[in-house]
Amino acid sequence: MLARDVQDSLKRTPLHALHVSLGGKMVPFAGYEMPVQYPAGVLKEHLHTRSSAGLFDVSHMGQIALRPKSGRIEDAAKALEGLVPQDIVAIPQGRQRYAQFTNADGGILDDLMVANFGDHLFLVVNAACKAEDEAHLRTNLSDDCLIDSLSQRALIALQGPKAESVLAKLCAEAPSLRFMDAGPRKVDGIDCFVSRSGYTGEDGFEISVPAADAERLAKTLLADSDVLPIGLGARDSLRLEAGLCLYGHDIDTTTTPVEAALEWSVQKSRRTGGARAGGFPGAEKILGHFDQGATRRRVGLKAEGRAPVREGAALFADTTVSEPVGKVTSGGFGPSLNAPVAMGYVPTALSALGTTIYAEVRGQRLPLTVAAMPFVKNTYKR
Amino acid sequence: MTTTLYTSDHEWLVIDGDVATVGITDYAQSQLGDVVFVELPKVGRALKKSEAAAVVESVKAASDVYAPISGEVLEVNQAVVDEPALVNSDAADKAWFFKIKISDKGELGGLMDEAAYKAHTA
Repeated sequence: MLARDVQDSLKRTPLHALHVSLGGKMVPFAGYEMPVQYPAGVLKEHLHTRSSAGLFDVSHMGQIALRPKSGRIEDAAKALEGLVPQDIVAIPQGRQRYAQFTNADGGILDDLMVANFGDHLFLVVNAACKAEDEAHLRTNLSDDCLIDSLSQRALIALQGPKAESVLAKLCAEAPSLRFMDAGPRKVDGIDCFVSRSGYTGEDGFEISVPAADAERLAKTLLADSDVLPIGLGARDSLRLEAGLCLYGHDIDTTTTPVEAALEWSVQKSRRTGGARAGGFPGAEKILGHFDQGATRRRVGLKAEGRAPVREGAALFADTTVSEPVGKVTSGGFGPSLNAPVAMGYVPTALSALGTTIYAEVRGQRLPLTVAAMPFVKNTYKR
Repeated sequence: MTTTLYTSDHEWLVIDGDVATVGITDYAQSQLGDVVFVELPKVGRALKKSEAAAVVESVKAASDVYAPISGEVLEVNQAVVDEPALVNSDAADKAWFFKIKISDKGELGGLMDEAAYKAHTA
């Protein structure tokens, strides 16, 4: 049980009672009381998601609508481009894109999803950052947009190879969606926003549902024999195997998108020589990193032994030097790989695939190899 | 004749003469979750009471296993290194961690019997 004073200050999602009834072990996370695991345990939950389908409550994340005051979606898109290095104007209606809010130093304030819903932009941001993100949007975009916090909606992720067949029973259009399609859809008669995306490396969906209907929808999905509830523990091991960044760990206000190996997420139109180059916070630094390279880089790390290398472990160029050259930002055991996996920052000179680097764990230097990410092949339906 | 004792850190000890077999309790494994890695001390190492002697890691986190008493490591259980999941399936028996030669029987006085341990985890 959580200490009462902690418990009292924590927020609950609309699925809280369901988690408790399913035997979820509730822990504090980003100001919410969330299930870290259910009785099946992290290992089984992880493997079930990769082989069948897992249901995740991600209602703690922030959902925000950006509505253009002019009524023209491109005005909201242009305004948002002032805060992110992504091409938002080019997102077609019904599509979604990964983005980052950057700061004046080129660091990352948060990472987010941006979808074009035709008359407005729909944003999903991290739970721990959502108050700051909303304030950031109000400060900078209020001239052009109405910023609408959709706090009365829950968010349910359904992930895994059977997610499509499960959701198809409640939403006939689900199989026709491709990776990163997003828009309003009826699910079991409920007005939802459905995107074909997620945070596991698996095919799957994220379903934004009115809070009042969330428990009924979650129960209907869980009634399918292919679906198990999955806690935050397995969500973390799944995203780590998928090579996906966790904000506050792998990316933060001190890492640029280039250092974080997220160049793929910055479209050419926003880079030097592009049609709308720059014009976002920290553009000089970030475009400089694009043009001249950065001195450090986020890489995947595979261990030679069985010992997991955890977040915070210092990285060394060899077994004897005393000065670390970087550190592990996420690490643990990958249940699908049945081996330890980690990611961290190393000097660019040591970032080539196959480079050996050493992590200090309990006073010993363990050899790691710089490895391609994702560690587990993703199965997106493109 | 053996006696089983417990620590407040959720280790168990089976005392047989001047040898103690040490493992972690079923309660401890249930709190850790799926164990994926175990590191044991070297045979011959002289352990001091309360020092970190072994490591047990779940998917989520790493935890130290402390020496419940002082003594020399006589034998370690390679089976839990080879198959860490044994800690989840049989914490109280097959998944023992190491055996130590008890150097000071007086240290056993600070440990709990089964009834006291049950009350500790209730």
